[in-house]
Amino acid sequence: MNNKKYLLGNVAIAHACREAGVDFVSGYPGTPSSEVIETLRADPDTIPHLEWSVNEKVAYENALAAAWCGCRALVTMKHVGVNVAADPLMTSGYTGVTGGFVLLAADDPFAHSSQNEQDSRIYASFAKIPCIDPSGIQDAHDGMKLAFELSEEFGLPVMVRPTTRICHSKGDIELGDPATEHRVGTFIKNPKQYVVIPAHTRVLHKLLNEKQPVIKKRLIECGFNTQTIRGTKAVIAGGISAEYAREVVPDDISIATIGAYPIDEEWLAEFVSRHTEILVIEEMIPVIEGAVREVACDQKIYGKKNGYLPHEGEYSPSVLAGALLRCGFINANPYQAVEPALNLPVRPPILCAGCMHRSTFYAMKKVFKDGIFPSDIGCYTLGLQLGAVDTTICMGASITVASGINLCGEERDVVCTIGDSTFLHTGVNGLINAVYNGANMVVVILDNRITAMTGHQPNPNTGITACGVQSPSLSLETLCRACGVSCVETVDPYDLTLLLETMRKVKEEKGVRVIIARQPCIIVAKRAGMKRRRFMVDPDICTGCQLCIKYGCPAIEFHDEKASINDLCTGCAVCADICPAAAIRGEVKR
Amino acid sequence: MKRSFDIMIVGIGGQGTILASNVLGEACLVEGRSVRGAETHGMAQRGGSVESQIRIDAEFGPLIVPGTADLLIAFDLLEAVRYRHYLKSGGVMVINNQLVLPTSTFTTGQVPPTTDDIIGMLKGVKMEIIDATAIATAAGSPLAANIALIGAASHTIPLTLESLLEGVRRCVPKKTIPINEKAFLDGRDAIQS
Repeated sequence: MNNKKYLLGNVAIAHACREAGVDFVSGYPGTPSSEVIETLRADPDTIPHLEWSVNEKVAYENALAAAWCGCRALVTMKHVGVNVAADPLMTSGYTGVTGGFVLLAADDPFAHSSQNEQDSRIYASFAKIPCIDPSGIQDAHDGMKLAFELSEEFGLPVMVRPTTRICHSKGDIELGDPATEHRVGTFIKNPKQYVVIPAHTRVLHKLLNEKQPVIKKRLIECGFNTQTIRGTKAVIAGGISAEYAREVVPDDISIATIGAYPIDEEWLAEFVSRHTEILVIEEMIPVIEGAVREVACDQKIYGKKNGYLPHEGEYSPSVLAGALLRCGFINANPYQAVEPALNLPVRPPILCAGCMHRSTFYAMKKVFKDGIFPSDIGCYTLGLQLGAVDTTICMGASITVASGINLCGEERDVVCTIGDSTFLHTGVNGLINAVYNGANMVVVILDNRITAMTGHQPNPNTGITACGVQSPSLSLETLCRACGVSCVETVDPYDLTLLLETMRKVKEEKGVRVIIARQPCIIVAKRAGMKRRRFMVDPDICTGCQLCIKYGCPAIEFHDEKASINDLCTGCAVCADICPAAAIRGEVKR
Repeated sequence: MKRSFDIMIVGIGGQGTILASNVLGEACLVEGRSVRGAETHGMAQRGGSVESQIRIDAEFGPLIVPGTADLLIAFDLLEAVRYRHYLKSGGVMVINNQLVLPTSTFTTGQVPPTTDDIIGMLKGVKMEIIDATAIATAAGSPLAANIALIGAASHTIPLTLESLLEGVRRCVPKKTIPINEKAFLDGRDAIQS
């Protein structure tokens, strides 16, 4: 009988952190990384400190300091979160750490739930820190645990970089026992290490560079990078592509798998020299391919750089099979070509029935008919489908893009939307700047009191910490006023009449104006037991004008020239206000 | 080359596709067999089209190549068509007799396909269509429709009835175990083996 468990990748990774005895955990939610802290915070008593931080830079610095104090620290984020944390990351290799410090940076090839397909391995080499790039869940679990030990051995932060298909896949996984001992942080003063003035940092940089050859050898010893020689042709695969290679590469072709960086060039050159043709397979940036081409002599190398594989998207066994066929490693494709059905109605994600964002977008479009609508990262990006989102680039950029558009001479009204968590992440800096530099714009804060899209993590607005302890609930009104905004209006977005009136009033004002639209996230409200009566359409009164249909709520359908309301209705009643014929009303139980 | 039995479970975010795939994963553990799964998380869950892939006896990656799935379990007729190309020739589909029209069909004024249109699009596929929601409702809760579908598909799945039932017991809330067991067995009985 085995003691394996069927686990989500992120849950297995979280368990590995417990096995390593992690003392300090911080991070900012982001798909596909969020479930690591979500798993750990379900049992917060076993970790001395765990927090959802306000952004990734804050999270990284908190955890780094804990590692300086000798604690084992974990910081988690999605790949684009590393951009926010890049400032401390770039110098943390110089200062090094005492306690094990692991940065979990979850990459998202194919941008399943992201704004780009950046490759965190580049960040690790940029910062000159080791990077573990697992091929599967068991690998991710085992690598995570070892990452804490290696961090202490090298005195450096270590990045662990799973991708979506590891974080959000499942498998039968062998777990170890959680550690029971924890460390208490103690800061030992050492300005030459922790104060990076030029005189110190020049010395630290040299020390960091001297560590690199040692790291390369040690990563081979640990078995992260493997080679199996089976013929004169070879496949070299990194990350999850190693699993795809094991699945489809024929037995007479050699395989090398890369699970950690930096790669030892001598080890790689030795493998390359024993083959005549080599196919390199890795998602996103051709990091391994670059290294292979550097050590190759007269071998024929196939990869992204000569068009054998795509630079974008995620790979799969069939992508691999295609590449094997193109470079002549196999004679026939093991997979038959199939075509998906064409012209089906699409089913994209959609704002929930009763979501507070929908009525806010509706009112914005009605009042600011000619307006420009910069937006931000969150569920409300789905306002795109309602024609109420004109830009989205990165966290917090709704406000800064709005002020940029306004200050460059554009004369139309600029009305941006940003969620409460995103506002606290990096939005507030933009607000301070917009007020200071004299922008003329409206900021709508979509305040549902929670970080909804990534699975309802609490934030300083929620009044509760990640561990369920009550915290002072932040006042967005006071914060905005402190930034110098004199016009701050708070409104219930279900009250469409007041919402429209507030927007019309605010439209007439000058300067930076803030509207806070506040209602709990409908999913949270339903889970908390909120019950409202459903609404219905009286078919005798409905004129079939479809104004309610254009509102875009998934609870409203249209059949045989009449609207109807299905059982997704949460009773927000906004559609009843929209209906010009007064055909929509609360259901009466008979 | 392929040794695993590959199942696609498709539906709409919120219908319980992940729980259904967990039942199969747990059943594999009961039998001590290796298993891999891949699923949709994040924003895609907000009422969008979702898929769970589960590979019984798989040792490597979690992804099923289109054209190779042995079984496709669809919680919605439209989603069955959307993922039809994942099924290998000769593969089996088990479909819930339900058609939720995407909101976009109403807002953009498309002519939505009817149930008959969709069944026509699946012509040539070996399939079973059951009313999983009705079976689950009769068993005690419409929320058990996902389990009724797994029950209906169980004739094709290479796991024993007892392992699958144990999988159900491990995955559903404790209070709902009897309802889900009944939904599973009634779903299973809805199809002649």
